[in-house]
Amino acid sequence: MTLVAILAMPLVGALIVALLPRDDGKQARNMGVVWSIATFLVSLSVLFNFDVNDSAMQFELSVPWITAFGINFHVGLDGISLWLVLLTTFLMPVVILSSYRSVSHKVKEFIVALFILQVGMLGAFVALDLFLFYVFWEVMLVPMYLIIGIWGHGRKAYAALKFVLYTMVGSLPMLVGIIYMYLTHGAATGNYTFDYTVLTQSVWNQSAQLWLFAAFALAFAIKVPMVPLHTWLPDAHTQAPTPGSVILAGVLLKLGTYGFIRFAIPLFPWAAASYAPYLSGLAVVGIIYGAMVAYVQDDAKKLVAYSSVSHLGFVMLGMLAMNVTGLTGSIYQMLNHGLSTGGLFLAIGALYDRRHTHLLDQFGGVWKRMPVFGALFMLCLLSSAGLPGLNGFVGEFMILVGTFTHQRDYVAGRVPSVWIYHSRAMAGAAATGVVLGAVYLLHLFQKLMFGPIINAKNATLRDASAREIWAFIPLVVFMFWMGLYPKPFLERIEPSVKTMIVQHQQKFAASLRHVDGPPKRVRELVGLSTSASQRLAMGGGR
Amino acid sequence: MASFPLYWIPLLPFLGAAFNLLFGRKFPRRAVHLVSCGVVFGALLVSMVAVFRELYPRWVEAGHGGTLEPIVNRVYSWISVGDIDIGLNFLLDPLSAVMILVITGIGFLIHLYSTGYMSHDTDYARFFGYLNLFTGAMLVLVLGDSLPVMFVGWEGVGLCSYLLIGFWYDKSGTERYGDANATAGKKAFIVNRIGDLAFIIGMFLLFTHAGTLNFTELADKADALMTKFSPLGLGFYVTVAGAAGLMLFIGATGKSAQIPLYVWLPDAMAGPTPVSALIHAATMVTAGVYMVVRLNFLYVLTPAVMATIAIVGAATALIAALIGFAQNDIKKVLAYSTVSQLGYMFLAAGVGAFSAALFHVFTHAFFKACLFLGSGAVIHALAGEQDMRRMGGLAKKLPIVRWTMLLSTLAIAGIVPFAGFFSKDEILWSVAIAQNGTLAPWLLKSLYVTGLAAALGTAFYMFRLYFMTFSGECRADAETLAKFHPPTSRMTIPLIVLAAGAVTTGFLGLPHVVAKHNIFHEWLSPVLAQGQRVLAQVGSRIEPAAAGADPLAQANHHLEWGLMGLSLLIALIGIAIATRFYKGGVRQTVRDLVAKMPAVHRLVYDKFRVDELYGWIVIKPFRVLCWIFAKVADGIIDGLVIVAGQLTLFVGRSLRGIADGSLQRYVAVMAVGLVLVFLAVSQPPDDFEIDPGETVEVGQVVRFEAEQSTRELRYRWDFDGDGKWDSPPQQPADKRTGEEDPRNFARDRAAVFRYAKAGKYAVRLEVRDVRWKSRATEERKVVVNEKKGIKSSRRQAAGPSVADRRFDNSRTDGARR
Repeated sequence: MTLVAILAMPLVGALIVALLPRDDGKQARNMGVVWSIATFLVSLSVLFNFDVNDSAMQFELSVPWITAFGINFHVGLDGISLWLVLLTTFLMPVVILSSYRSVSHKVKEFIVALFILQVGMLGAFVALDLFLFYVFWEVMLVPMYLIIGIWGHGRKAYAALKFVLYTMVGSLPMLVGIIYMYLTHGAATGNYTFDYTVLTQSVWNQSAQLWLFAAFALAFAIKVPMVPLHTWLPDAHTQAPTPGSVILAGVLLKLGTYGFIRFAIPLFPWAAASYAPYLSGLAVVGIIYGAMVAYVQDDAKKLVAYSSVSHLGFVMLGMLAMNVTGLTGSIYQMLNHGLSTGGLFLAIGALYDRRHTHLLDQFGGVWKRMPVFGALFMLCLLSSAGLPGLNGFVGEFMILVGTFTHQRDYVAGRVPSVWIYHSRAMAGAAATGVVLGAVYLLHLFQKLMFGPIINAKNATLRDASAREIWAFIPLVVFMFWMGLYPKPFLERIEPSVKTMIVQHQQKFAASLRHVDGPPKRVRELVGLSTSASQRLAMGGGR
Repeated sequence: MASFPLYWIPLLPFLGAAFNLLFGRKFPRRAVHLVSCGVVFGALLVSMVAVFRELYPRWVEAGHGGTLEPIVNRVYSWISVGDIDIGLNFLLDPLSAVMILVITGIGFLIHLYSTGYMSHDTDYARFFGYLNLFTGAMLVLVLGDSLPVMFVGWEGVGLCSYLLIGFWYDKSGTERYGDANATAGKKAFIVNRIGDLAFIIGMFLLFTHAGTLNFTELADKADALMTKFSPLGLGFYVTVAGAAGLMLFIGATGKSAQIPLYVWLPDAMAGPTPVSALIHAATMVTAGVYMVVRLNFLYVLTPAVMATIAIVGAATALIAALIGFAQNDIKKVLAYSTVSQLGYMFLAAGVGAFSAALFHVFTHAFFKACLFLGSGAVIHALAGEQDMRRMGGLAKKLPIVRWTMLLSTLAIAGIVPFAGFFSKDEILWSVAIAQNGTLAPWLLKSLYVTGLAAALGTAFYMFRLYFMTFSGECRADAETLAKFHPPTSRMTIPLIVLAAGAVTTGFLGLPHVVAKHNIFHEWLSPVLAQGQRVLAQVGSRIEPAAAGADPLAQANHHLEWGLMGLSLLIALIGIAIATRFYKGGVRQTVRDLVAKMPAVHRLVYDKFRVDELYGWIVIKPFRVLCWIFAKVADGIIDGLVIVAGQLTLFVGRSLRGIADGSLQRYVAVMAVGLVLVFLAVSQPPDDFEIDPGETVEVGQVVRFEAEQSTRELRYRWDFDGDGKWDSPPQQPADKRTGEEDPRNFARDRAAVFRYAKAGKYAVRLEVRDVRWKSRATEERKVVVNEKKGIKSSRRQAAGPSVADRRFDNSRTDGARR
């Protein structure tokens, strides 16, 4: 029931805000902040009641929803989704605080849209029924479309449409895949269901896996976004209002990577392992390409948008290593990116509120006028650049170690032996992202904050207001905490990751025996030879 | 065991930094510098207690050659996941002891000096906040007990360096555009990060093959370090120690400004002079040397990398000294001098004289800090003037500065008995007697000659600096002289203390022909014993033989005395040339010389145009590539998406005619559609296959298999065309309801039959869809012939498939591994 309460909170919030009398939006905003903080507090209950030693789903609830099609309202939470749920509720007050100056009309509707968006994101993180997941996945689109289309600037209609169409085109094959799984699984076992926990006990044959994985991966890769499916992102970010950008970068993109971790990889382990060398190659291309393109942007927001492409490449790379270190690092990096890039968008939003431009050449020497803001901006930037002591480093380090130590031996026989060195090369190439990150981020900071004041308009800028500072402070606190003492986070993520990897290796072994025919239960396929699969799990672990 | 709380040593400066950066602006300057200097002094006191009260007794107890139990302070587990377990632990052994005393001691003096030097600056609190932050990070670097913790400090000092080089971010250095200082900071950070990239790859290599990154544990993994592997499967084999050692050394070339990554250090002089003294002379830049000495047990295993280090060090020492000849900016000269001296340190480390390398770190910290602070006093007095051509004659105006700088200059030039003589002589001696199987003897000899040449250069350009600054007539303009103000006692006291260090510290490391005990060497011996222990374990496996000193030459006292005299003579020659050319200002002989070969002078003055070279081969291509990616590649990718969208739109528009609002047509189309859909879903697929074919023999096993479907289907078969269902066994219909028994249909879509008699048969399959309750039948003919022989084309229906074999393959692979 806890999860239902967390899902209900923003929904109720949306209702309350919708019923507020129409005014200049002050009430709606204040209500939004208060309610989102309340939602965050409610969501903390999962943290306090979370059993650190339990790697399975917790707070599970399954209620029949559409019985005719075996659809359940099945939700649950494990170490992988725990922090993402908390990130979503944690960022929401920050997001609403950042809307005070950037959103000035139809404020009430804006807050309602944000709350509905929050329902969609939270639902997608906790859904354990593929149909339910798909519903939440699509629910998110509408409010985000409105946020960009109504409250954005510049070519907002174009950006909003591009965002929606891109995502929809990607998610349709996934829907087809889900329905295919539903039908085949039902035909093979007689149990027609969309329930993730049931479906995940079966494996599909190898060629079916290849197609299903591709269908799911397309939807998720667009959301991440992975190069070359990223071109919606710079447009969406640039035209979205500050709160939209923060939530987009902070949470929405993580749904793509989360989808890979929760659905695409565990459901289709053989396909995941077969595609992994290519996908991790693409992830590395994303890291380098995103960083290089970011470097030559003349629009600050676009620069940060491309930096997201680069950072999420790291997240993808870590998970594709499919070992404890890499996968945990990948999940950790999702949180880090939410904080640091969220913070960068806040900073650029604060400058936009003052100058109504994102163009780098309009700024310069701003630090002299805005020292407090400059310091906060600098911290977000260093977190993003992966400076040790701040959060970004811990994630990047785990991802790179995970990738570097990964041995693709369990696909030996299928992939040429050169792939054994592939992961090392990938880790080495990805590590150049560390250099490139410094290049574009310091370039950004120098153009905005350093140098003499050339543009007279910058000579009168106000420093950060108390409200702006308070939007930054929670982010900064967690940047230090997660960088200096990541244990509370890691010890909750790791057990679930370990279990997931053992199951993944088992399912992979099962898939090797399953070339043709309808889906079969893993236990039937692996049967007595679990020792073999365990040995595989050991070998593939590191 | 409750261990000494070493964490206070870095924590105190961090607390000071937090105070000054968060609240410093709201407090008076007095509070800012009291806190700032106070915390560093506190750290110095804690360090002294730790070293003299905790470590020293252990060192005495261990005795000469014994094993020393270092002080380890475990604070908490930092990153613990999977196989990684990195603790935030601090390690105090004789090596880190030297470093923390230098950092806190010299750091404190420089903090004190800064209160005078920065007294006019508006951003007082920010400066001291950064300075404290740097001190804390540097202490983490040297106290960390594993590579990742060291890396925290490593990157932390890089950040502070960036912030402090660009401290005056809204100003530009001389003759450059608006944000040159910020650009210099950025350059330092990025060049360092390039080194760091190699550093982390080195870490990963060590972790992958040795399973740990802790220094103490690594030192016990000699076997793992000697493991050979083929990098990226390229076909050649290297040892882990070699590959990781080389990578980490590349990291060190970034931090310690060696070829090819030295280019940031001269630009770093854009920062305030105390910063140059603390970060870019005494402490941060020596981090690379510290790292190599810390990992001495790794480097002794890899003569090839040691040779590389020695060559890079020697080349850097010489080239930087050459560039120093022609610079006119007093800080630039000192910057190149630092690069050159760091080259010496690496040269020493590269020939296995780790103790000599660290000894030079130690003495250099004193005299170079003194030189920088002295130059800062000059710049301060001349209201920001840094060009030596507009100095001169300051000996009388700034007597304390002049004398302290003279002593330090003598020290760096290598004049006995000042500190630099002993440390530099020990390095040259170690190079002279070095052995390394990977280097040809003539190369080893030329390393020594290079070292001597750099020593000559050092003496020359340092006295050039001294004469141009202090001797002759003052060349500053009247305006500057009007603003002239002498340094306060806060600035002169550190100078005097450092100069005293420059005179005396050399006696800690007397050569063994002079004194029985080389105190510095003995103090470090427990750390260097790690290397000897590792060599004893696996030294025989090193090919070619491990690098080290030639024992025969080492014992030759005449040779040592002779070489000592030679290096002193060389230094004196350098001074003599400088006196001849520059005493009393730039003499006519120099001008004539320059006029004779303007191109050479220009090339040296332009630092051999290495910056321009990097610009052409690295920076410009990188920018162009970025631009191509952003404008061309991204445009093409996005363009394809747009075209796909337009195409959809086009198709939609073309089909728009169909939706014209004619209701009758909509209904008709809908009806047709519905029927088609209904037919499609209701009619189950009923095709089937016969194995081995439609012509079979009597008694042969014939396998019938219905078409695969995603729908839930049931099957029954009539094989002989007699109208009765043969498979599965039929049950009678329910008597009351008349419903057919569901057992009459099989789940399995395959069935097997043997024909007993020859003839033609009609095979009938009936398929039933469980969901839609629909049925379909299909009939095919089979010809059964008489048996011809024993020939059997029987194929196993479900034998071990390809997948199983593959599985077994991978299993054996795993086992082999």
